[in-house]
Amino acid sequence: MPHDRDALITGIGLISCLGEGPDAHWEALNRAGGFAPAIDEARFAPFPVHPMAPVELDRQIPKRGDQRQMEPWQRIGTYAAGLALEAAGVKGNAELLARMDMIVAAGGGERDYAVDGQILSALPREANPGAYLNEHLLSDLRPTLFLAQLSNLLAGNISIVHGVVGSSRTFMGEEAAGTDAVRIACARIGAGQGDLFLVGGSFNAERPDVLLHYAMGGLLTQAPLLPLWRRQAERPGMALGSVGCFLVIESRAHAAARGAAPLARIAGVRTDRSRRLPGEAAANAAAQLKALAPTLDTHGTAVISAASGAPAPTAEEAQFLAGLGLPVRGAATAFGHSLEPSFPAAVALAALSLQRGRLFAPLEAAEQAMDDALRQVLVTSWGHWRGEATALLAAP
Amino acid sequence: MPQSNLDKHGRPVVVVTGAGIVTSLGQGKDDNWRALSGGRSGITRISRFPTDGMRTTIAGTVDFVAVPDSSAPALSEKLAELVIEEAVADARIGAKGDFPGPLFMALPPVELEWPQRQALAAASGANETVSYDDLLRAAGTGKFVPYYERFLFGSVAENLAVKFGTKGSPIATSTACASGGTAIQLGIEAIRRGEAEAALCVGTDASINPESIIRFSLLSALSTRNDPPSAASRPFSKDRDGFVMAEGAAALVIESLEHAKARGARILGVLEGSGEMADSFHRTRSNPDGRPIIASLRNALADAGVGPEQVDYINAHGTGTPENDKMEWLAVSQVFGERAGSLPISSNKSMIGHTLTAAGTIEAVFSLLTIQHQRLPPTINYEIPDPALPVDCVPNVARDAQVRRVISNSFGFGGQNVCLVLAAPPV
Repeated sequence: MPHDRDALITGIGLISCLGEGPDAHWEALNRAGGFAPAIDEARFAPFPVHPMAPVELDRQIPKRGDQRQMEPWQRIGTYAAGLALEAAGVKGNAELLARMDMIVAAGGGERDYAVDGQILSALPREANPGAYLNEHLLSDLRPTLFLAQLSNLLAGNISIVHGVVGSSRTFMGEEAAGTDAVRIACARIGAGQGDLFLVGGSFNAERPDVLLHYAMGGLLTQAPLLPLWRRQAERPGMALGSVGCFLVIESRAHAAARGAAPLARIAGVRTDRSRRLPGEAAANAAAQLKALAPTLDTHGTAVISAASGAPAPTAEEAQFLAGLGLPVRGAATAFGHSLEPSFPAAVALAALSLQRGRLFAPLEAAEQAMDDALRQVLVTSWGHWRGEATALLAAP
Repeated sequence: MPQSNLDKHGRPVVVVTGAGIVTSLGQGKDDNWRALSGGRSGITRISRFPTDGMRTTIAGTVDFVAVPDSSAPALSEKLAELVIEEAVADARIGAKGDFPGPLFMALPPVELEWPQRQALAAASGANETVSYDDLLRAAGTGKFVPYYERFLFGSVAENLAVKFGTKGSPIATSTACASGGTAIQLGIEAIRRGEAEAALCVGTDASINPESIIRFSLLSALSTRNDPPSAASRPFSKDRDGFVMAEGAAALVIESLEHAKARGARILGVLEGSGEMADSFHRTRSNPDGRPIIASLRNALADAGVGPEQVDYINAHGTGTPENDKMEWLAVSQVFGERAGSLPISSNKSMIGHTLTAAGTIEAVFSLLTIQHQRLPPTINYEIPDPALPVDCVPNVARDAQVRRVISNSFGFGGQNVCLVLAAPPV
């Protein structure tokens, strides 16, 4: 039953290794002859990464001065946010932007790798390493680099470049930052605490410091890259991918009043956490599923999983999903795992599929084809370390 | 729900029933209030690491709390633990390890720090030059799993959620120096929409290390008046020259009024409203016309359902940078009109420095203590008034006043502005 306070997706901005925008993604996901990933196995060998497709930054970030003030993770996000605003017909509309609420899921920014390397090389030889560190940070760091590192400066750049100023909140915490951003936007729409939201995030996988972090955790797969599910038996681990994804989420009444065409409805989002003792994540997921969809339409429903590839949770999620008996797609096979925006990006794939009335083709042999018309999609996100979330999307 | 439990907009009234605080002035509400209302400074010379070559050598560090393998997230988590314990005990809510609501926390951005990078470099066995390839090789030994977990953005909030048994997915927010206000906003909204009956709103920041000092120094944001340290932070003074970085944490237990009454809780104050408006002018500077800050103040008053004439005191953002204090006065003078010059507005930061991520939460606790004690904390180091800022900043000495309603301001890099309206408990 349609309700004024339903949360509808009215715009998607998505960039990844597969290209820019819904159509480029749809074509890549349905390629004749089977899915072929865009992968770079050489640059950060032995770790494969899904590199960002080339984008013309000027199209969404017209001022070169703005581009220079950002590091890649912010450019990716600011660009994707512009695409989402454009798709929703909000871009440049000062009246709407002034009351648009923004929730960004963010990590932090790039380091100056050369400066880090020079300092680390010299420190062991210095008599006064503390003084050396101070001297070189003071003289070698670009003063504005800090602003390209701060987590909330992706949101700050979106305010500056696109004029989104109604409110600005940044969530941190890997995958859960993305799931809670979407959940809270939908909850606020449902409760009348806002009508028009910009929600999403960005991730630059092509960063030595980010790869270092997950290498310390022993969580990265190695080349040659295998698809998500098949990988688990041979070289389990995450293959990171550069992704920018923003969604414009809007109340039904607001979208109708301005004549915006919705792609999909977010019928519900549940998030929770567990300590990940065996079975705890699956118990959370089962409870979420029961709350969202007490009875599953097994013919018209598919799952889009934002599973990371991290060994334990991915294996447990694969087993849980197998028990549902629904067609499943692993978004990480498509464009790699992207931490903060991984859930918004999986939601975007679900919305694109619902808009087209069918699920995209299997990405690997372990995934089954779906011939039925697509009526609803479950989107799952089990964080690589913590956090479990499920969303249910349906036609608007 | 009886009418009295709803606000003027028909939403659940949100109250504070417990608070905890730690700053460079000490641990706990009592010690902090005694020092703050006594006009004492917590700013000292930095002893945690060498400051050779730095233009700023002072800060408001919390040096009386120690953690093993210290790092910004480790100490931030420990400070958060201390203030949550105090707030939960103060509120007498839940059971040990079983807090009946969600966690919203303001957390500084997390990243690997120099001691850890150096440990990786040493383990890599690289001789002449060290690159990230060497660090990656060392990472592959599996010896650095604890670093991985410590420097996740999610681990501080996760660990606190486990320890205190908060419900649901914990949320860590960063809106730069407005983060503490944002964490409180998230809690207010969750209770108003009926998603929770109680919530824990926490702000913590213990990120004083060489690189963090240097980053702000390179942006010319810090005071370089190092001698004596206690005189460096001078909000609203003509000779103010920047803020002083500081550490601290605060926690609020918030509840719906109905829930608080039902369990017979003592009420410390009412969170009447919050207001926000992002600034699209510049990454570090406010729009010169002050519109976003003015709108944040007006949105907060509208959300609270009160007029400017009903505000008795402003707990200023008051960083002591030339720019902030000028813009804050501009906004206050626009919103409060002729009253602006006589409306007391003081800056806790003159004594505790700028606690960055935690500031909004810490200053909310001080605002509640101001109401409780009916006494205005001073702005210390106010020696040379700035003729461009004709404020009553409660110069140098605390004074008694009737305080029923306070506005607490928080502004941050990236165009972040949050204003809170806090009021005395309902009579």
